[in-house]
Amino acid sequence: MNYRAIGAIYKFEMARTWRTILQSIVSPVVSTSLYFVVFGAAIGSRISQVEGVGYGTFIVPGLVMLSVLTQSIANASFGIYFPKFVGTIYEILSAPISYFEIVLGYVGAAATKSIVLGLIILATAGLFVPLHIHHPVWMLTFLVLTAVTFSLFGFIIGIWADGFEKLQMIPMLVVTPLTFLGGSFYSVSMLPPAWRTITLLNPVVYLISGFRWSFYEIADVNVEVSLGMTVAFLVACLVIVAWIFKTGYRLKN
Amino acid sequence: MSPVISVANLSKTYGSGFKALKNINLEIDKGEIFALLGPNGAGKTTLISIICGIANLSEGKVTVGGYDINADYRAARSMIGLVPQELHTDAFESVWSTVSFSRGLFGKPKHPAHIEKVLKDLSLWDKKDNKIITLSGGMKRRVMIAKALSHEPQILFLDEPTAGVDVELRKGMWEVVRALRASGVTIILTTHYIEEAEEMADRIGVINRGESILVEDKARLMDKLGKKRLTVHLQGRLDAVPPALAPYNLELCDEGRALIYDYDSKGERTGITSLLGDLRSAGLRMADLETSQSSLEDIFVSLVHAQ
Repeated sequence: MNYRAIGAIYKFEMARTWRTILQSIVSPVVSTSLYFVVFGAAIGSRISQVEGVGYGTFIVPGLVMLSVLTQSIANASFGIYFPKFVGTIYEILSAPISYFEIVLGYVGAAATKSIVLGLIILATAGLFVPLHIHHPVWMLTFLVLTAVTFSLFGFIIGIWADGFEKLQMIPMLVVTPLTFLGGSFYSVSMLPPAWRTITLLNPVVYLISGFRWSFYEIADVNVEVSLGMTVAFLVACLVIVAWIFKTGYRLKN
Repeated sequence: MSPVISVANLSKTYGSGFKALKNINLEIDKGEIFALLGPNGAGKTTLISIICGIANLSEGKVTVGGYDINADYRAARSMIGLVPQELHTDAFESVWSTVSFSRGLFGKPKHPAHIEKVLKDLSLWDKKDNKIITLSGGMKRRVMIAKALSHEPQILFLDEPTAGVDVELRKGMWEVVRALRASGVTIILTTHYIEEAEEMADRIGVINRGESILVEDKARLMDKLGKKRLTVHLQGRLDAVPPALAPYNLELCDEGRALIYDYDSKGERTGITSLLGDLRSAGLRMADLETSQSSLEDIFVSLVHAQ
């Protein structure tokens, strides 16, 4: 195992975060605070309670997930796309590192950033609404699993993308809608039955539901199902990454 | 001596069906400077990319220091430093951090004294804290060389190292390359400047359209294919070469005011003495004599055109 190489990539990526601190940390925190002001305070004050929890409190797990999902993808996809774009990828490819170590460096850094971001947002939320976390260990488990899984997904997008447009396309057209429709701001049980069934096809529902359960013990789907779906998506991403490196797809040809 | 790099029956076909390399066989000896020549698109960079692990090979086998580049990629790649042709740099990194990053990537422990030496040798020491984006093209090129040398490689690939570098800097780089060779580093360079190969290389390989045309010791190549040429400037003007001089295969030039004679300087008889005698017998008066030797460039052009 080339630990120094993993460390070098990890540190390089983390240094990029500090260089772009405004974009990496501050802007998601600002936009999340805006959600609280708009949905939590302004609109939320007109909505009494959702499943026994104040609306402002109810949306916290969804908001954290929204940021973690989008930031994991953005960080990891940009992290690997940029060296491809400027050509510095040659050095990574010619270094004595295994594919697993490359992924560990890039995805590890992207996941770290989103986990830190998720916790910062959680702390920010604590300033607006009362928070109580019933299962902190499960909360962290879901947070880490989601951050890692979606960083891997972002890594795949970064490899696949051959232009900035494609880099933005999947997050904008797929992930953001799925997250908004995945129960970030409402309980799936609030939907008409037909929509509820369709919504269950959305993988993000399971992530948010499991995460919310760890806070308030309320869930749209069974927590084991949530965990199973998250792990399944993680495994799917791992399989795709393994295939990418085995074939050299968009890297070595 | 066993070769430090061995390329056997190497072919590369791109997804589009384009054959970039066709059955290349090549051995590089330890400690030599090997120049790879070829016109644009000949396959030089593809060959280097495969040896360094940037591109996959389609057929054949490559070993570096005896290690297979696929099965033992860690051992093989650890030996190599690569300076690619294009200036690929992390614009916002400082010189020091980008060079240290490269060392870490190759799994070597921190060694600030070595990095300091590399930067000083490449006249980059006073720029060590500058962001790369603020450097000139020539400096960026040297930063890339510093990155390649950061992990103390035994083999250095320089793909067009002096493209776009001014004359003085180019001479400086040659000095660096010579010093590296003196320390035992094997150097493989591709270049468009034939004078660079002529000046630096121990051996020369020429590839064209993905095929290896020849690999030869530089001095022997220039002996074998290099011709000497005698130009005889005449006092008068000729309309045609006199029939008496036909055996010399002379060529008339300068509107009939000069005769050109190609000869082999290594041959037993150059034929110069008898030519000069016969010129006098034919009643031709000489104004001046001039000899020249064909350069590697002439040889290269004739090789590539002969294909």
